[in-house]
Amino acid sequence: MIPLSAYVGLSFILFMTGLLGVLIRRNFIIVLMSVEIMLNAANINLVAFSHYLSSMAGQMAALFVIAIAAGEAAVGLAIIIVVFRGKIATNVDQINLLKW
Amino acid sequence: MLYLLFGYFAIVSILSGIFTIALKNPVHCGLSLLSLLLHVAGLFVLLNAEFLFAVQIIVYAGAILVLYLFVLMLLNLKTEEQYLHKKYPFFLFAGVAILGELLILVFQTPYGGAIGTATPEVVLQTGPSHAVGITMFSDYLLLFEIVGVFLLGAIIGAIVLAKTPTGPAGADR
Repeated sequence: MIPLSAYVGLSFILFMTGLLGVLIRRNFIIVLMSVEIMLNAANINLVAFSHYLSSMAGQMAALFVIAIAAGEAAVGLAIIIVVFRGKIATNVDQINLLKW
Repeated sequence: MLYLLFGYFAIVSILSGIFTIALKNPVHCGLSLLSLLLHVAGLFVLLNAEFLFAVQIIVYAGAILVLYLFVLMLLNLKTEEQYLHKKYPFFLFAGVAILGELLILVFQTPYGGAIGTATPEVVLQTGPSHAVGITMFSDYLLLFEIVGVFLLGAIIGAIVLAKTPTGPAGADR
């Protein structure tokens, strides 16, 4: 039986990978991908606890996380398209004004 | 065998995660994100969550990732020479320090909690999809409806944002 802490540790490492990606990358789309990595890490955590505590609640939460991730990807990519089409910026550190 | 599978899925998903944030070409990053999603789906099988395994493959790898790749290829982003922030060593150091510290805590913590009723035997009597469906449409019905409204809002928002501007230039701003 794999200990629960192994899953928690794995999800923690993945979460930190995603967080680092958000912090260090300049490309828009890679930043959104790093957010997806973080959501996946949270999913692993939720499903692992759901399995080890014999409860359905964690799996439900993971399903809703996937649905939210789909909506987030759609809106985020639409915003990226708008920013890119307007030739406003190509990297996240160039968007530093709320008005334009 | 279980340990071997867990080790494979864990190591490959961590490596794909690192490649996702470290590779230069955005399309390569997208493909390593695909590998990460598939291996996380494998972990879900090890955790007896077969329905989530299917959802992960279909929705995440099949829909969300394809959306990302479509946008990447349509925008035709160039691979830039400077693809990291200027101050990235600082963030890297902070992240790795927090990682090490919290990993020690994670492995020292004894995990406990109230054991629920959905043991593997109970779930296997009717099948995992049936168990997920019954729970979703009884205890989580309100959340399910809210997610439906949320997705409708996301669709409308995405269409409004990404619509090609018509009329005089600047009129849609």
